[in-house]
Amino acid sequence: MSEVGSTLMGHELRFLLILPIVWVLLGLLGLIRPHGIRLERLLFSLGAIVCFAIAIVAGTFLARGETTQILVLPLGLPDLPFHVRLDALSGFFLLLLGLAGAGISTFAAGYFRSGEGTAPALLGLQYHVFLASMAIVILADDAYLFMVAWETMALSSYFLVTSQHRIPDIRRAGFLYLLMAHVGAICILLSFGVLQGGSWHFTFDAMRGASLRPFWASTAFVLALLGFGAKAGLVPLHVWLPEAHPAAPSPVSAMMSGLMLKTAIYGMLRISFDLLHGRLWWWGVLILALGLFSALYGAVFAALQTDMKRLLAYSSIENVGVIFTAIGLSILFETGDLHLFAALALTAALIHALNHAFFKSLLFLATGSVLHATKQRSLGKLGGLIRRMPWVATLALIGTLAIAGLPPLNGFVSEWLLLQSFLFTPQIPHAFINMLVPLGAAALALTVALAAYVMVKFYGVIFLGQPREASLVNAHDANWLERLGLGWLALGCVLIGVFPQLVLRIAAAVTRESLGESVKSSSTIWWIAPIAPEQASYSGLILLAGIVGVVAIVFVLVRLLTHGRTRRTAAWDCGYPWQTSRMQDTAEGFGQPIRHMFGTFFRMERDLPSPDDPSPRYRIHIEDRLWPSMYLPIARAVQWLADIFSVLQSGRLSIYLLYSFLTLIALLIFVL
Amino acid sequence: MNGVSFIRQSAEVVVAIGVAPFFAGWIAQCRAWMQNRSAPPLLQPYWMLEKLFHKDAALAAEASPLFRATPYVLFGTMVLAAAIIPSLVTDLPFARVADSIALIGLFATARVFQSLAAMDVGTAFGTLGARREMMIGFLAEPALLMVLFNAFLLFGSTALPSLVDGYAAHRAIVDPSVIFAAVAFLMVLLAENARIPIDNPATHLELTMIHEAMLLEYSARHLALMEWASSLKLFNYACIGFALFVPWGIATHGQDGGLATLLAIGALVGKLAIAGAALSLIESFSAKLRIFRAPEYLATAFLIAVLGLLVHLLLGA
Repeated sequence: MSEVGSTLMGHELRFLLILPIVWVLLGLLGLIRPHGIRLERLLFSLGAIVCFAIAIVAGTFLARGETTQILVLPLGLPDLPFHVRLDALSGFFLLLLGLAGAGISTFAAGYFRSGEGTAPALLGLQYHVFLASMAIVILADDAYLFMVAWETMALSSYFLVTSQHRIPDIRRAGFLYLLMAHVGAICILLSFGVLQGGSWHFTFDAMRGASLRPFWASTAFVLALLGFGAKAGLVPLHVWLPEAHPAAPSPVSAMMSGLMLKTAIYGMLRISFDLLHGRLWWWGVLILALGLFSALYGAVFAALQTDMKRLLAYSSIENVGVIFTAIGLSILFETGDLHLFAALALTAALIHALNHAFFKSLLFLATGSVLHATKQRSLGKLGGLIRRMPWVATLALIGTLAIAGLPPLNGFVSEWLLLQSFLFTPQIPHAFINMLVPLGAAALALTVALAAYVMVKFYGVIFLGQPREASLVNAHDANWLERLGLGWLALGCVLIGVFPQLVLRIAAAVTRESLGESVKSSSTIWWIAPIAPEQASYSGLILLAGIVGVVAIVFVLVRLLTHGRTRRTAAWDCGYPWQTSRMQDTAEGFGQPIRHMFGTFFRMERDLPSPDDPSPRYRIHIEDRLWPSMYLPIARAVQWLADIFSVLQSGRLSIYLLYSFLTLIALLIFVL
Repeated sequence: MNGVSFIRQSAEVVVAIGVAPFFAGWIAQCRAWMQNRSAPPLLQPYWMLEKLFHKDAALAAEASPLFRATPYVLFGTMVLAAAIIPSLVTDLPFARVADSIALIGLFATARVFQSLAAMDVGTAFGTLGARREMMIGFLAEPALLMVLFNAFLLFGSTALPSLVDGYAAHRAIVDPSVIFAAVAFLMVLLAENARIPIDNPATHLELTMIHEAMLLEYSARHLALMEWASSLKLFNYACIGFALFVPWGIATHGQDGGLATLLAIGALVGKLAIAGAALSLIESFSAKLRIFRAPEYLATAFLIAVLGLLVHLLLGA
C-alpha cells in the first residue's frame, strides 16, 4: 500500500490523465457486443471503480497540500500543445466528480437495459466520453484544450439526452440544449479571447500574467458569466435545463445535474478567482443578484411542477442559484478587503457544490428506479411507494432531508456557512450595499425554506400516501447494483453532514490558493466554528448522536412504562366511506399556495370543469414568463434576419463565385 | 466540560420537559378565565398525557414505519432544542452544538418530519395540514432570520448563550431595533406554534385547521408524544424569546452557583406566567385569520424585522 502511495506522490496529474483514457477505452470496449447488456454492466462497474480511483488520487493530492503540478502534452495542433494543470481548485472538483460519479456509475450498471432508446453499448461509449471530457475540462490549462473538452462534453451529453430520440419532445429538448450550449460556448470563447489581453497566447498561464484594463476585465467577466451561466442554468439562461435534464435517462440526468453543472461552477471560479485580477465590487453584486433571483425562481417553479424529474431540474436551478449567491458574496467581500469572510463565502459555495452533487444525483437516480418500477413520471399517478420500494424510499428520504437543508445532513452545512457569511455583510464598505445585502439573507432563507416545501411535496406525493393508480401495486424495488449506488450517495450525504470539518479542510486548501486566506478555527473533530466559537458553532455529529440518543431513550422508556399495545385499523374516513385514493391531495394541490403567492412569476392557463360535468377534466398549464417576453422575440428576430439574408442565397453557383471574388477584392484592398 | 455544568445541563432539560405541559395548561387556564369559563386544572395536560399513554394505539393499516417513528423524532428534536436554549443558565456544554440559525434548522427538521408523517396515511386532511404547515414554515423562517440578524448586529454572535452574556454585560443599551425585533418575533411565535391568529389549537374545524389536521391519524402513546412535543416547542420558543429580549435572571457565565440557578428557575417561572397570560390575552382578543391572509401576516412580521434592522443600521449604533 505504501509503495502505491509513494509512486502516487508527485505524479497525481499523470494518473489523473490516464484515468479518463481508461474511461474512453471502456466505452469503446463495449462496442464489441452492441446489445450485450451483461458486458455493459461490467464496463459500467469498472467505470465506477475508475471514478473511485480519480477521487482517491485527487484526495491524496489535496490531503498532502502539494503544490501545483503542470504538464505540457505532446498532443494538439502544431505549436499549440495541450497544457494540463492540477491545483487545489481542480483537485476539489475532480474529487467531487469522482465521488459522486462512482455512485452514479454503480447505479447505471444496474439501470440501463436494452430496448430503451440507444443501444446499451453506444450509450456506454457516450456516457464514458462524457465523464472523461468533464475530467479534462477540469484539468485543462489552456483555452484550446478547455474548449475542445467543453464541446466534447456538450456533444456527448446531447447524444445522451436524445437517447430516446423517437419521442418528438425529447428531440426538441435536445435541440434547445445544443443551441444554448453553443451560445454559451461562444461567450466563453470570446471571454478567453479578451482574457489573453493582446499577448495571443491562449495558455491560462499567459492569461494570469496579462494585465487588463477594468473595462476589458469586466467584459471578460460578463462574457464568462453569460457562458458559464448558460451551462449552469442561471436565470434567464435556464430555459433548456428543465427540458433537457428530465429528457435524459435518469443516470444521465443525475450526471448532468450533479456533475456537469459543477463544471460550469468550476469555470466561473477559475476565471473570476484565478485568471482575472482586479476584481470590481459590482461583479459580486451582479452574481449575487442573479444567484438569488435564480434560487428563488427555481424554488417557485419546482413547487409548481407535476413531473418528478422536472421538479428536480428546477430544484437544480435553485441550488445553482445558491452557489452563485455564495460566489457573488465572496467577490463582494474580497473587493472590500474582508479576506476571511470572502474565504467563508467561497467555502460555502464549494461545499454546496459538493453537497448538490451528492443529493441531487441521489434523487435523480431514485426517480429512475421509480420510473423503471412504475413506468410513470407524473406525480399525479404515483403514491404510496414506501411500502413497495422500501430501499429506494429510505435512501431517497435521506436525499430529501439533505436537499431540504435540514440538520444534521450535508445540505444544512453549506447553507449554514452561507448564512453565517451573510451576517458580516454590514462590514462591506459600500453604504447602500451593506444595507441591501441583509435582505439577500432573507431571500436566501425564504428559498431554503421553500426548498423544504418542494421536497416535502416530492417525497410525500411519490412515496407516501396511497397508490394513485392500481398498477402501482406491482412496483418492485431496485436491484442490488442500484441500491449500492443509491446507498453510496446517501452515505455521502450523511458523512459530509456529520463530519463537515473534513470537507472544510479540503475547501480551505482551495480558498488559500484563490484568496490567500482560509477559514481557520475549524480544527476539532467535534465542532465547526468558522470564525470564532463564541460567535457561532455547529456540530452535526453531536446533533445526530443527540437525536438518536434521545429517541432511543424515549422509545425504551415508552416501551417500559406503557403496555405498548397496537391495533391496526382502517384510516379515519371522516364519516365518508366512499373515499378512493384519487381523492388524496395532488401535486397540483400541493403547489396551490405557491400559485397564489407567486402569481407574477409565471403565466397560467387552466380549465376548471363545471360542477355538473359528468366527466370533469381539470387542466392547468404553467408557462415561464421569459418565453414570451424574451426568447420568442429573439427567435423572431433571428428568423427575420435569416429572411433578409436569404435574398443573398439564390442557389446559383456563379453568384456564389462572384461573392468569393468580391470578398477577395475587399480583403486585398483592406490589407494593402 | 466539568461535572457541575453537565448536571446543570441535565437539570435544564428535565425542567423543560417537566414544565412545558404546565405552561400549556397555564395558557388554557388563563384563556378560560378571560372568557368567563371555569378553568381546567393546571395539571390537565398531564392527566391527558397519562390517559393517552394508557390507551391502545390504533394505527391505520397503511401506516409506514416513518409514521410510527415520527412522534419519537419530534419529541427528540424538541428535547435537544431545549438542551441548547439557555433557559436557566448560559454555561451549557451542549449549547455549542447549534447556534440560533442551526436551531431554526432543527425546528425545520421537526416540521418536515411532522408533515411527511401527516402525508403518510394518505387522507385528505393530513396532506392539507402538511401543505399548510410547510407554507407557514417557509414564510416564517425569513422573518425569524431577520430577528436573529438584528441580535447579531447588537452583540456579534448568533449563539444564544453569548447573546445572553452580551446582554448582561451591556445592561444599559436599549436599542430601538430591539422593539421591532421583539414584535416580529412574537408574531412568528404565534404562527409557528399554531396559535390564533394563524391556527386555533382548540378546534377541529376541518377547513381551518393546520396543526390538528396533521395529528388526526395519531392516537394513544404516539399522540401523547406529539402533544408533549408541541408543548415543548411552545416552551422552547418562549425561552428563545426570553433569551433574546428579556434575559434577566438567567444565570450568566461566571455567576452560576446554586443560588443563581435557583433564582433563574424562579425568574423563568415568573416570566412564563406573564408570557402565558399575555398569550391568552392575545388569543382572546384576536380572531383567527383566513388561511389566505397568513402570508400577509407573516410578511408584516418580516417587514417589521427588516425595519428594525434598518433602524439599527441608519442610527449607526
